[in-house]
Amino acid sequence: MARVTAGVASSHVPAIGAAWDLKKTGEPYWKPLFDGFEFSKRWEAEQKPDVVFLVYNDHATAFSLDIIPTFAIGTAAGFKVADEGWGPRPVPDVVGAPELAAHIAQSVIQDDFDLTLVNKMDVDHGLTVPMTLMFGQPEAWPCRVIPFAVNVVQFPPPSGARCFAIGKAIRKAIESFPEDLNVQVWGTGGMSHQISGARAGLINRAFDQAFLDGMAKDPSALIRMPHVDYMREAGAEGVELVMWLIMRGAMDADAREIYRFYHVPASNTAVGHLILENNP
Amino acid sequence: MAPAQKDYGDIPGTTVFDADQSRVGYHLNQFCVSLMKAENRERFLADERAYLDEWPMSEEQKQAVMARDFNRMIGAGGNIYFLAKLFATDGHSFQFAAASMTGMTQQEYAEMMIRGGRPVEGNRYASEWVGRDGGRDPYGKAGGNG
Repeated sequence: MARVTAGVASSHVPAIGAAWDLKKTGEPYWKPLFDGFEFSKRWEAEQKPDVVFLVYNDHATAFSLDIIPTFAIGTAAGFKVADEGWGPRPVPDVVGAPELAAHIAQSVIQDDFDLTLVNKMDVDHGLTVPMTLMFGQPEAWPCRVIPFAVNVVQFPPPSGARCFAIGKAIRKAIESFPEDLNVQVWGTGGMSHQISGARAGLINRAFDQAFLDGMAKDPSALIRMPHVDYMREAGAEGVELVMWLIMRGAMDADAREIYRFYHVPASNTAVGHLILENNP
Repeated sequence: MAPAQKDYGDIPGTTVFDADQSRVGYHLNQFCVSLMKAENRERFLADERAYLDEWPMSEEQKQAVMARDFNRMIGAGGNIYFLAKLFATDGHSFQFAAASMTGMTQQEYAEMMIRGGRPVEGNRYASEWVGRDGGRDPYGKAGGNG
């Protein structure tokens, strides 16, 4: 049977992708950040996941204001890297896992979560930047990916409780799939940041540290946190952190913390990263 | 009927992109989406006014675009992820755009970020808003949805 073995949380700041693509990773500004993911790349090389279920948000790329799905699962065989306005990132296209994605969609919808199914979608930095951080720059990505796009662009995003619950349903679906697959669930975005308005540049280190602690140990308080608390405390765009709770929902209550990293700044944003493993 | 109460209306220097903002900004944001195609970027840069006139946007939205005033665009319903297509067309980064909205130079803003960012103390509520320069609110209003 397929198994959810591990969860990864990571920011997905576009400037990180640009720094990588322009080979600036050794510059003093960027080196501490990329060094913080060296362990993670070695860990992934050992883990060799077959599939990553990658929770991210689309940034007005695949979804304009014409259609705004709250939860959208990518069921295609492949996903192209999007041109977000400055040309596509020079990274491999993403290979999907359509059979598993269809199975998850069928299971999760029958568990009362009304997903949008997407058979054609380009993926933007929200998905490709965490891939770069975890896998570097291979000729082809070393695993298949199921993109899972969450609306955090137009308020309101789904609640933390809803995200945590759907994470549980996603795990149940994955672990009822008959193929023997090593599956990781990633939650991306955050941490504290505000990129719009006169308050842009807000960073709340204490909030971020408490969020990392909650993710690692006991997420029950995070699950109940209202959106306004994220926006007030962690910046208007910090509300992206609800996506991490989908990953947490797919993990054991007593999942083991394997690695943690925190760094300020990447452009406008505090970068957070966490690796959890489920019990064997 | 009275509009629903918004518990985020008192966050200073912040316009939350909710359904009301989205309704007002629909054509402005969809114009930005059109700039994801290289040929549209070229056509827009060649004659901004003519390109904008193809869209049923308000004159305020068009003027804000041509002035590259991101606070004005957000006030007129723009969303930062959509506006990103516009500043990418100009070859600018998120940090450039964010800095421009704070009233700081990009250099001052970048240095603030390296020092750990804008602190949350004094910046949670409109009533305690210190903004920049000890209380000067460069845009004449503290919160966007209030």
